[in-house]
Amino acid sequence: MSDLNLLSTEIEDDLRSTVRGLLRDQCDPGAVTALYDGDRSTVDGLWKTLGVDLGLAGLLVPEHHGGAGASAREAAVVLEELGRTAAPVPFLTSAVVATTLLVHADADDLLAGLASGERTAAVVVPLSTAPDAELTTVELADGRLTGSVPSVAGALEADVLIVLTRETGRVAAYAVAAADATITPVVSLDMTRQVADVRLEGAEGTLVLADAEGAARAALDAGAALLASEQVGVAQWCLDTTVAYLKVRRQFGRVVGGFQAIKHRLADLAAGVESATAAARYAAATLAAGDGDRVVAASVAQAFCSDLAVAAAEEAIQLHAGIGMTWEHPAHLYLKRAKADQIALGTAGAHRARLAGLVGLQGAS
Amino acid sequence: MRIDQQGLRRRVEEFLAARDPATSDPQEFLRARYDAGLAWVSFPEGHGGLALPRAWQHDVDRVFDEAGAPDNKRNVNVIGLGMAAPTILAFGTEEQKRRYLRPLWTGEEIWCQLFSEPGAGSDLANVATRAVRDGDAWVVNGQKVWTSSAHNARFAILLARTDIDAPKHAGLSYFLCDMADPGVEVRPLRQITGEAEFNEVFLTDVRIADSARLGAVGQGWAVATATLNNERVAIGGKAAEREAGMIGAVARTWRERPELRTPDLHDRLLRLWVDAEVARVTGVRAGQKLAQGQPGAEAAALKLSFARIAQQLSGLELELLGHEGLRYSDWTLVRPDKVDLTGRDAGFRYLRAKGNSIEGGTSEILRNILAERVLGLPPEPRADKDIPWKELAK
Repeated sequence: MSDLNLLSTEIEDDLRSTVRGLLRDQCDPGAVTALYDGDRSTVDGLWKTLGVDLGLAGLLVPEHHGGAGASAREAAVVLEELGRTAAPVPFLTSAVVATTLLVHADADDLLAGLASGERTAAVVVPLSTAPDAELTTVELADGRLTGSVPSVAGALEADVLIVLTRETGRVAAYAVAAADATITPVVSLDMTRQVADVRLEGAEGTLVLADAEGAARAALDAGAALLASEQVGVAQWCLDTTVAYLKVRRQFGRVVGGFQAIKHRLADLAAGVESATAAARYAAATLAAGDGDRVVAASVAQAFCSDLAVAAAEEAIQLHAGIGMTWEHPAHLYLKRAKADQIALGTAGAHRARLAGLVGLQGAS
Repeated sequence: MRIDQQGLRRRVEEFLAARDPATSDPQEFLRARYDAGLAWVSFPEGHGGLALPRAWQHDVDRVFDEAGAPDNKRNVNVIGLGMAAPTILAFGTEEQKRRYLRPLWTGEEIWCQLFSEPGAGSDLANVATRAVRDGDAWVVNGQKVWTSSAHNARFAILLARTDIDAPKHAGLSYFLCDMADPGVEVRPLRQITGEAEFNEVFLTDVRIADSARLGAVGQGWAVATATLNNERVAIGGKAAEREAGMIGAVARTWRERPELRTPDLHDRLLRLWVDAEVARVTGVRAGQKLAQGQPGAEAAALKLSFARIAQQLSGLELELLGHEGLRYSDWTLVRPDKVDLTGRDAGFRYLRAKGNSIEGGTSEILRNILAERVLGLPPEPRADKDIPWKELAK
């Protein structure tokens, strides 16, 4: 498990600089902040550019389904860059989580639509669902689906919803047209990944996979493993931006970044970001290689990176001080994203509890 | 012609075919291995190597170990192999390399390091041990401290002040000191564990020939910096296994003793297990970066994490053990040959781990290094930098 490459390949570096350049041009912090005032006009255009023009929507779709056939390593690179800009696109929910489920189901038509970027999908579970948690399901009666699921991420951008049912203990997955569901936007802590409540009232669905529990959990696991890279991107932005600001901000006739109390906090943060990067790359590399360690690696990455990203964002606010509390400064975008990401796909505590079972360190019985 | 990795493997096998480790005299075997260039393969030909990539060393050592080849005291001569040798190679004259490197590598001569002093810890450039020129020799007087292996060592790398009128960094020179000189007195320095893993070394009119000076007079700081940088290269070695080190000891106790478990300890153990695993993966990645020639902040960052995790884990283990945590194996003064950070009992581990954030750069100095060299933040003010050393407040 140690010979996996944890550094970027040249191809990955190229992908990174392409995505970064595009986000620099088309994902302006002002436009992202406007999401909080209800202006979502930036979302569709940005997702079209990234998903369709750059082909990222089909990154994880196998080539025989019309996708790029790339691996979790490339998806991790994209997510780091999306985290760096708090970009409001449904890459994680559609191109990672929903795509992983559909690849397990070998759902040809849907995957072809996702690969071309014509369609965007979301798995209808609360964003907070950990890979080993109880799965939220809806009722199936006479071929019609009924139920409601709160705090679903990616539903607002989706035209296909993947909902789960449970019949005699077995989980099945159905595809439902978003137009046949009531999707109510929720005022969210993180408006750059706004959640919605999804309600189905006798909606028509198409069976995607009759025995879907494994596929659903694999999808959530892939999401958890790769969310860590987004968290690394968030944390790296917070560190870089704070260091750059404290090199020019002066008080008491000195550069503030020269005070040892500040230097030591930033050194600890830099060490943390370095560690988080290694944990996230390991999670992505094991997932890409189908390595037997991938589930442990995903939970280790979530247990570490989700708290680290929050710590980085909190340090960014505190060390920017007054300016960091303003609406105008983008630091708050990262705090909100980091805090929501911490809850997404299982908290750090949920992943530690899962690890206890995975590595044989159970608690008192 | 340079040989490739397969060619190197062939040479090792041919060497072993010609000399059965089971029947050879260990000392002769090691000397022959050195002369064949199979000691440290990255060293130049004629000095125990073949000028090959450092990364190939691991494979060579493994094949020799598996064949039951004699050990060159790798675990005892840590300072010699890891710090003195690369510095002698970089700064030594041909004569010095020929005299010192072979018996150093074979383990016939153990080395120690005479750097730190009571008044020069983090501020190493403040060393006060004086070396005064006397004909073609130097006469050395002073006190050194935190010297591991001094009681076993034949030679020492020594940092001493040769010019008190120069600013502190400019007045230093670097020597290779014979520990058998009658002016060298080694006293055990007892630590909070009860052991004396380190020594104090008192130098009284020790005579060192000028031919045993490494680098130019006044160049000591640059040579010492090279020595200390070699300390950091060591992390590029073999990747650690999961649960290696302190976490392994605590996890074992946890698994074997379910009656000791509590919810609070469980939460803390899982947090530290994750931290230790992330540190392991960070170490693997640091090794990969180093192999690609992109050295970074990892060594300092890793040491910071390592110290914190070891201290928290060893503290946790004592609480986990309950009343057994009130016991200690042995306070007797012993002088171990090598450092075993995870050896002995939980109480020893707890006390010894306190040194992890002090030795080899305190955590506070490491944070300064990270902040200044990696993040590019302003350096700490150095009020004494340009003042003649003799005028500094002592």
